[in-house]
Amino acid sequence: MAKKLMKGNEAIAEAAVCVGAINYFAYPITPQSEVAEYLARRLPEVGGVFIQAESEVAVGNMLFGAACSGKRVFTTSSSPGISLMQEAISYMAGAHLPVVIVNIMRGGPGLGGILPAQSDYFQAVKGGGHGDYRLIVLAPSSVQEAVDLTILAFQLADKYRAPVMMIGDGMIGQMMESVEFPAKYQDPPLPPKDWALGGARGRKPQVIKSLFLDPIALEKNNILLAEKYKVIRENEVRYELYKVNNKNRLLLFAYGMMARICQTAIDELETEGISVGLFRPISLFPFPEKEVYREVLKDNIERLLTVEMSMGQMVEDIERCSKGKKPLGFYGRTGGIVPMTEEVKGAVKKELGLVK
Amino acid sequence: MAKDELTILGRPESLSDNITHYCPGCTHGIIHRLVAESIDELGVRERTVGVAPVGCAVLIYNYLNVDFMESPHGRAPALATGFKRLRPDMIVFTYQGDGDLASIGMSEIIHAANRGEKFTVVFVNNAIYGMTGGQMAPTTMPHQKTTTSPMGRDVSLSGYPIRVAELLSSLRTPAYIARTAVHTPIHVIDAKQKIKRAFAYQIQGKCFSLVEVLSTCPTNWGIAPDAATRWVTDNMMPYYPLGTFKTPEEEIA
Repeated sequence: MAKKLMKGNEAIAEAAVCVGAINYFAYPITPQSEVAEYLARRLPEVGGVFIQAESEVAVGNMLFGAACSGKRVFTTSSSPGISLMQEAISYMAGAHLPVVIVNIMRGGPGLGGILPAQSDYFQAVKGGGHGDYRLIVLAPSSVQEAVDLTILAFQLADKYRAPVMMIGDGMIGQMMESVEFPAKYQDPPLPPKDWALGGARGRKPQVIKSLFLDPIALEKNNILLAEKYKVIRENEVRYELYKVNNKNRLLLFAYGMMARICQTAIDELETEGISVGLFRPISLFPFPEKEVYREVLKDNIERLLTVEMSMGQMVEDIERCSKGKKPLGFYGRTGGIVPMTEEVKGAVKKELGLVK
Repeated sequence: MAKDELTILGRPESLSDNITHYCPGCTHGIIHRLVAESIDELGVRERTVGVAPVGCAVLIYNYLNVDFMESPHGRAPALATGFKRLRPDMIVFTYQGDGDLASIGMSEIIHAANRGEKFTVVFVNNAIYGMTGGQMAPTTMPHQKTTTSPMGRDVSLSGYPIRVAELLSSLRTPAYIARTAVHTPIHVIDAKQKIKRAFAYQIQGKCFSLVEVLSTCPTNWGIAPDAATRWVTDNMMPYYPLGTFKTPEEEIA
């Protein structure tokens, strides 16, 4: 298929249609309302369902009910809206339901602002709803990758019967880039959806639930979830290295759009004779734990620096995975302020003691 | 059993033979049976999906022989909306108590009714929170004592009980909205007719349908089962009149 110039939000919507995810529930919120606006026109063309719900609480629970049909369902929202969906997300994780949720993050806490941020890392990666569950979390750093990861998100949701969240900062949603969709999409082999509800015809009634009053049964469901997350950790780690080589003095860690800015900073530092590499986690859960540690251990790496559009969230995972082997610094801007290339370069130089 | 004995009433196929966990004198069992009979008589058991609430009836899927999903507190109309829109060929119903529907789930029920979602709601109003142990509900009567209104419901602080059937029937969108009760045999017959009618409207693809059923809670009302049935007549029915409040056939100006 030919390349198209598309806004991130619309590209995500079209990627979902591409994999047959034509059932979408949403509530308007900046900076991602274009997804609903796009799909309100697009879904009727392909026989899909779009409901503008009364709240994000209802969105989450419409997704829950719709997912019980076994069809592909999804929503998109932004930070405060995602907070309201946490109830349903916890229930859907507990009930082993495949859904895809996209968070085009804006600055928080509270009503915060409408400009790009990465301050929902903890909420997405460490929980957000109640109970012992994890989400598969994917973080694109370009519009093309947003398309690719949207497609992957639906596959992973079905493969593991689990909610998958894609988080992008507001910039991913708002910017336009050239993008390509698969010409003829076909799913990889996926497990049958024999758990779906469709009427007790020729079989016993099926129940999709998360209540287990017997503690042994509840623990069993938690063990089942934990075993699923173990398989996910073993098979679904994704990351990218940029200009990582044995001359690097410092290793940068960044994800999403922040990683793109770091790449430019790395290119410019190279011309100044300062060799820096970038480790970009793509799957935030499962986190590339072993891979981070492997890169940190390399002899040429003197120092580590994590850059985020937050006051420091992923940096805690880098700290955990680098096990104190190298000094770790952090640079972040928040509130909708995006660190510029010059700021990243300055932070690198400061970390290496090249400037005060 | 002698050969010439005739079974005039058996267990509906949609009702399982599990023993319910409901308290003596509670009318959930009767309402479950009426739902099961309606589903059987309309011949839709194999294409019915129920949505269980949070509350005393959370385990309803142990008692009805149909597919079920279990909702978060109050959100059953949102789940039913999501499922029914994707499977309009299925018959979908929620079964919700007063705390579930009229308190935490008020937003979901009003908007589902206003969109005219084509599913059925069985709304059981017993004027109190049962499962959590007798706290004040939005439907608790004025001066009614509960664990969180120990001096009786003070309407100057908590407002008056919400009349759900009247509230929802004020919406412009066509719907079938009725209120009934099950505390005497004649009311049971009325409740059956209304519940079956509500499902029939859904089967015809006509409209949203909701039947409010006045129910008892002897345990949390702190009175005996026979006194509880009288309490429905004396205290609830004057405030919550029975009847049909809205039908889709009505011409609305």
